[in-house]
Amino acid sequence: MDSTASLTQRLRKAERRGQLRAYALIAPLFIFVLLSFLLPLGTVLFNSFYDPVVPKGLPRTVQALAEWNGPRDQIPPEPVYAALAQDLKEAVQGQSHGAIANRLNIEESGLRTIFMRAARRVSAQEEGPWAPFFEAADPGWAQPGIWGTIRNLASPTHSLFYLSALDAKRNQDGAVGAQPEDQRIHVTIYLRTLGVAFTVTLMCILLGFPLAYLLAHLRDKTANLLLILVLLPFWTSLLVRTTAWMVVLQKEGVLNSFLQFLNIISEPLPLVHNRFGVVVAMTHILLPFMVLPMYSVMRQIPVSYVRAARSLGAGPFTAFIRVYLPQCIPGLGAGALLVFILALGYYITPALLGGSTDQMISYFVADNMGRSLNWGLASALAAILLGAVLVLYAVYDRLVGANNLKLG
Amino acid sequence: MSASNLPLYTTPLQRVGHWVLLIFCILVLVFLIAPVLVVVPLAFNNEPYFHFPVQEYSLRWFRDLFTNEVWLRAIFNSVLTATLATLLATTLGTLAAVGLNHHNLPGKRLLMAILVSPMIVPVVVLAVGSYLFFSKLGIANNLLGIVLVHAVLGMPFVVITVTATLGGFDMNLMRAARGLGASQIEAFRRVMLPLVWPGVLSGALFAFATSFDEVVVVLFLGGPEQTTLPRQMWTGLREQLSPTILSAAFMLILFAIAMLLTLEMLRRRSVALRGVVE
Amino acid sequence: MFKRINSSALAVVGAAAIAVLPGISAAQQSLTVASWGGAYTTSQIEAYHKPYTAKTGTKITSVDWGGTLGEISAQVKSGNVKWDVVDLEAAEALKGCEEGLLEKIDPAKLPPGADGVPAAKDFIPGMILPCAIGVIVYSNVVAFDKAKYGANGPKVLEDFFNVAKFPGKRGLKKDPSVTLEWALMADGVAVGDVYKVLGTPAGVDRAFKKLDTIKSSIVWWTAGAQPPQLLASGEVVMTHTWHGRIVDANVKEKKDFALVWDGQVQIPDLYAIIKGTKNLDAAQDFVRFASSSQPLADQAKYIPYAPTRNSSLALIPASNPNRAYLPNAGHPGRSMSTNSQFWMENGDDLNKKFSAWLAK
Repeated sequence: MDSTASLTQRLRKAERRGQLRAYALIAPLFIFVLLSFLLPLGTVLFNSFYDPVVPKGLPRTVQALAEWNGPRDQIPPEPVYAALAQDLKEAVQGQSHGAIANRLNIEESGLRTIFMRAARRVSAQEEGPWAPFFEAADPGWAQPGIWGTIRNLASPTHSLFYLSALDAKRNQDGAVGAQPEDQRIHVTIYLRTLGVAFTVTLMCILLGFPLAYLLAHLRDKTANLLLILVLLPFWTSLLVRTTAWMVVLQKEGVLNSFLQFLNIISEPLPLVHNRFGVVVAMTHILLPFMVLPMYSVMRQIPVSYVRAARSLGAGPFTAFIRVYLPQCIPGLGAGALLVFILALGYYITPALLGGSTDQMISYFVADNMGRSLNWGLASALAAILLGAVLVLYAVYDRLVGANNLKLG
Repeated sequence: MSASNLPLYTTPLQRVGHWVLLIFCILVLVFLIAPVLVVVPLAFNNEPYFHFPVQEYSLRWFRDLFTNEVWLRAIFNSVLTATLATLLATTLGTLAAVGLNHHNLPGKRLLMAILVSPMIVPVVVLAVGSYLFFSKLGIANNLLGIVLVHAVLGMPFVVITVTATLGGFDMNLMRAARGLGASQIEAFRRVMLPLVWPGVLSGALFAFATSFDEVVVVLFLGGPEQTTLPRQMWTGLREQLSPTILSAAFMLILFAIAMLLTLEMLRRRSVALRGVVE
Repeated sequence: MFKRINSSALAVVGAAAIAVLPGISAAQQSLTVASWGGAYTTSQIEAYHKPYTAKTGTKITSVDWGGTLGEISAQVKSGNVKWDVVDLEAAEALKGCEEGLLEKIDPAKLPPGADGVPAAKDFIPGMILPCAIGVIVYSNVVAFDKAKYGANGPKVLEDFFNVAKFPGKRGLKKDPSVTLEWALMADGVAVGDVYKVLGTPAGVDRAFKKLDTIKSSIVWWTAGAQPPQLLASGEVVMTHTWHGRIVDANVKEKKDFALVWDGQVQIPDLYAIIKGTKNLDAAQDFVRFASSSQPLADQAKYIPYAPTRNSSLALIPASNPNRAYLPNAGHPGRSMSTNSQFWMENGDDLNKKFSAWLAK
């Protein structure tokens, strides 16, 4: 009795030691992934709702406004103006007034001018009364509008970036409304991204399924040889493939010259800098991601099933639809899901081969980072994209298992 | 799968279908390989044009590529970054794959999903995040930041490849080694590693190719001193399609072929080492 | 075997990494100057960089950039200042200064002109800003290939918007600046009223509506080197361009491009220093050098951009063919200067509207 119990104990201890050793082996990579991957992604999420420009830049003003807490259609009393003057003096000293002005302007056009006009003059004036000073600097200070915006931004965490990412905004009266007509682009972009990803996935299925089927039914030697034609593009640099498509599709490019040579067309066709070029190039780049998993799945489908169906009287078509195809579905689903997820995040290919109306959401993330410097909006857009991808990835993991990402 | 190989019981309709499938697949394969092949003769075109027919061949763009200081620095940066990133990714990834190979590990599935996720997450999101995060740490504008992110991007390939290789590895060999007195590390070094190194090297090649080809992260984290080959090509592509880019593209195609051949050799080695008959 | 290869390879690469990673600290001073690329950067390298390097030994690296404050702001905000000196337009210089992105430049330290006139008087008005010094003035014009149109090419700005008379694609810079002014001018607004109209929401709408009439025929360019290329490859029949690039293409590549001077929008370029640069003294010295009389006159040899110092005009030899292509050399048609104050105040909003209009 005694020895069995202690044996079980020792076994359990040995097991645990083995597990701890395994975790210890994984730990360095996990810490690395934490620092170089998870924390950066976390920073993006954090930046999408943490926005301390106004609370840090105008602390006294924010507090004074909170203490006043008047209705949104009234302008605040003198103490608030005085608080603002103090904050503004400090901001001009520290040269942070420009950043505050820009932040306000992102919410509402024209606020930058109103704010900066006051900022430029505030160092010259020592004492109040401040309300007349501000009104003299710009009549916008006598309106509740700019105060409404400051109040919207008063909290260091808010959802304004997400609202903007969904083509909404918080109006100066505090209510949530739609963005002005000429700035409502994001929903269009999401739909476009989903549409392009879907089209590319569909094209990959249409082109990839027959190819995988053929390869799976060939002798291994022949299949391996033909697989090179799939693997070589796969291994070729993304930029090289995109360059190649530019060369092939451009107005004086290979395809147009060829078609003109055959007299099929008389004028060159616009094949690049539009949706066609983007879809064709993305299909080309993502096709191996569809073919390779499907090929490895199809190779393992026993030939005997279809033969059995045929011998039981099924016609070739019926045998295919009712016996072969259902066995392909897991591989097909995995490949399609993978292609779809990858297509959602594409940036380089649409940027180089698409026109201005073909850009996908990644482009707007980058654009808001570099050009309009709206890091909060960029982070919100990135967070939404990341969220969508993670949901799909969870589905993929459930269906297939992440470690089954076989790529030949 | 020629006509003579089709079973006798195929109907005429099936034969037709078979030929349609064959032609369709040939077209798809042409679609896949043609653009890559098209670059090759154009890189040797003496004229700065991008359409056929090629009148005269010359090496002028290659000369430009290898004498231009900007391109040479880009090539050097690419090789350096990729090498460092690969070393990091392979070391950490192989260790982790060995750990993940443990038969009974709670949370293995979740860990695996997290470790593979850099392959799935859109690169732009990671580039933005690392730009914001590394700036706070002060390492955003130098090689270190780029190497770290490239290693993260290449590591899933190492983990997946080594895990797959370990799947065919017989753990009894390790137990035998332990039984003969070897320590854990010794057994790993002298029994496991010599048998799985082709898989490890394959993963390393994947990681190297990933880093070598990566451009979005370099766009965000790199300054003019850290320009890599893809980054230089990107700048050129956005402004003007200079034929020097095609010569760089040709070099990259050669590189891809070399990788393909190496991987195939490694695969055969791996198979031979494991004694599997395929 | 694997282990041996691994550890020795590790040692070699590790040593290389230690040497390279922190950045080889230069024994010599070096500067990074960001400019607009192509023929313009070449002219600056010849007229400013090389003489400066010869004089002081400072090595200068040239970088191309896109002109948006965002690129500078990202560097300053994140603490990674990659560039020292930047060539930008006045609107960005004014705004950047206000936002603390640029270093202050002391006008008292600017050298007098070659004829002895003090700097404050030698520079054209508006070229000495708190954080930037003007170097050249260039013009935005329409260009076309004479080989295609001969004598029947576009002659006035309205022709750019006339797809019926001149069918085909047009090149346009992917930027609201100049694009919106041209749209209004072509729609009948007088030169003096352009910014008044553009300052109203109705005016902005009017400009976009005019652009809508040619939107599907527009090929958008982002880099100065693209317009001559677009014309040469036949991808466009006419294009918005920075005038010097076309003159350069005619000279260097023996092209026969012509310029439509009617409706030209002149814009000054200035040198500024990015805040937080590690090479502040060298940067200041370089800016003072590059904006002195002789270098400014020299750059006109390479590209027909007008120097911002009066004393430089006298230094440009009369035989220089570029004199005929300076923006104010008596060209026919309308001409206007950009209103930098307007773009400083309204640039953000118009950029947002422009991006949204583009993406639809």
